[in-house]
Amino acid sequence: MAERKLARLFDVRRVIGGLFVVYGLIVTLIGVLDGPSELEKAQGVRINLWMGLGMLALGLLMLLWLRLNPPPEPADPPAETADREV
Amino acid sequence: MTGLRLDVGFVDYLILAIYFVTVLGVGFAARRAIKSSADFFLSGRSMPAWVTGLAFISANLGALEIVGMAANGAQYGLMTLHYYWIGAVPAMVFLGIVMMPFYYGSKVRSVPEFLRLRFNRPTHLFNAVSFAVAQVLIAGVNLYALALILQALLGWQLWTSIVVGAVIVLSYIVLGGLSAAIYNEVLQFFVIIAGLLPITIIGLVKVGGIDGLFEKVRQSPLGEAGLHTWADTGGTENPLGASWIGIVFGLGFVLSFGYWTTNFAEVQRALSAKDMSAARRTPIIGAFPKLLIPAVTVIPGLIALVTVQGLGAAEGDLTYNNAIPLLMRDLLPNGVLGVAVTGLVASFMAGMAANVSGFNTVFTYDIWQAYIRKDRDDAYYVRVGRIATIAGIVVGIGTAFIAAGFDNIMNYIQALFSLFNAPLFATFIVGMFWKRMSAWAGFWSLFLGFLAAFVLYILHLTEVLKFNSDLEQSFWGAGLAFVVAVVVALLITPFTPGKPDDELRGLVYGLDSSTGDVLTADRVWWRNPVLLGVIAVVLAIILYIPVW
Repeated sequence: MAERKLARLFDVRRVIGGLFVVYGLIVTLIGVLDGPSELEKAQGVRINLWMGLGMLALGLLMLLWLRLNPPPEPADPPAETADREV
Repeated sequence: MTGLRLDVGFVDYLILAIYFVTVLGVGFAARRAIKSSADFFLSGRSMPAWVTGLAFISANLGALEIVGMAANGAQYGLMTLHYYWIGAVPAMVFLGIVMMPFYYGSKVRSVPEFLRLRFNRPTHLFNAVSFAVAQVLIAGVNLYALALILQALLGWQLWTSIVVGAVIVLSYIVLGGLSAAIYNEVLQFFVIIAGLLPITIIGLVKVGGIDGLFEKVRQSPLGEAGLHTWADTGGTENPLGASWIGIVFGLGFVLSFGYWTTNFAEVQRALSAKDMSAARRTPIIGAFPKLLIPAVTVIPGLIALVTVQGLGAAEGDLTYNNAIPLLMRDLLPNGVLGVAVTGLVASFMAGMAANVSGFNTVFTYDIWQAYIRKDRDDAYYVRVGRIATIAGIVVGIGTAFIAAGFDNIMNYIQALFSLFNAPLFATFIVGMFWKRMSAWAGFWSLFLGFLAAFVLYILHLTEVLKFNSDLEQSFWGAGLAFVVAVVVALLITPFTPGKPDDELRGLVYGLDSSTGDVLTADRVWWRNPVLLGVIAVVLAIILYIPVW
């Protein structure tokens, strides 16, 4: 049961949120540092900056959702044995 | 091969490496949750609908699909949208509203198992074995395609790429089973969208927005015809070479319903949902992103058509299949480039993981447990599942090298697979709605439908029969298989005993199958599968209007 709870810590929202916060920070940083040649390649769009901020926002939203609506407690044992009749 | 080589830098590799670490971490985390075979193969039937819905669409969003649909966008223009709208949405909604109550309600663990309950063991074995073989072959093709793209874009050795890809997929599925596969599918859905979006944005800026793009397409060899979906379909004088009858019945009905409603690699995602309501919503939730994915596949295809000089060469770096890689090379600066590379790699791995997790479930439950070693304890079958995963991937690596020997293996396997799905769908749909259909009618309908399509395919390969294209052949093959399967079912049923009603309860239409207990919280409108399904279909129709 304890292990099950531990596993629930890895809610998919936490995984997505974590990855996108990291990606968002990296890509935003690159975007701030982008020079003229990068801007020229991207047709003048500060694409790294915008995508970085976008990914950061998605990551934070996922984490916020997790905070506001945490995963339910592990299901009761009877519910789990129910679909074990094979 | 240096023409496609991307200018990847340290930061791009960092982004790719972080993804690999995350994916493996998910595998280790999911391992802790696995207590039984249902946990390993069906995620313990615990997933919320938005997770299974995104996994459902993600299992379909393999890189072959992305790269291929962008290629079709460049080659056929907006008619490619048919693959996303009429060719997917109605079938997904039908699966959720009509078929899911039978699948989920009967507590089956796989599509072949449903056939065993509805028909008999020979039907079950035939389907289980052919499905398992097809999944391993397709996993191999995915692996090979991943290696090819890593070689072209990053300059990795083919052999290194195949082993790295296989080891990562192997690790997370052996560790985490279906849970790990599903988590990673949801994750890769967001990564691939984040990776492709910059291509569309920068590409549209370059060509002067949607209006500029359409104007340039009009001046391209594709011309005005490339901007319409239905307008020229009275005959076959259009880029796709298909009439509206072919599009509606061939693509929209037989091929699409066959793929979406009976392909276990898809259906398995819904079976892992936490309750009936979530299972029914799974494919319908998947339909909403499906409506919008053309924005990051078909649109880039058109952008490539008008911005890449000489695109559409028969071979070399400028084939249609390289539309997306070429745009990545031309438009993406380091940073988003890393995200795009990661997205492509992730989607190859997700496609392969979907095949492998479908394979290990069917192999363990439907072949090993049903015919070889019955009545062992549950832990034994989890072990078998893990060994089957390893064996499946090793054989997949082997088939990847076989695939390397053919030019056009993708087309062949796609064709074979769609031919195999069409008779299955016919057998299913007749069996679900006609309770009199007998057990042996099920077997012969499935077998002869498959055989008819197979013979047609061989005649096509040996050029005894001539078709305009592989596409046309697969349409006729699927149509023939469907008709043969239905006719055989109707002919054999009167001569063979039917199954008693009691054995069919919950499996066929009209014998009180409950649609599950509706939880109070699920009575709200945004959790109503029928309403959501209608909204998805209406949206598809509205989206067609400006590109009529």
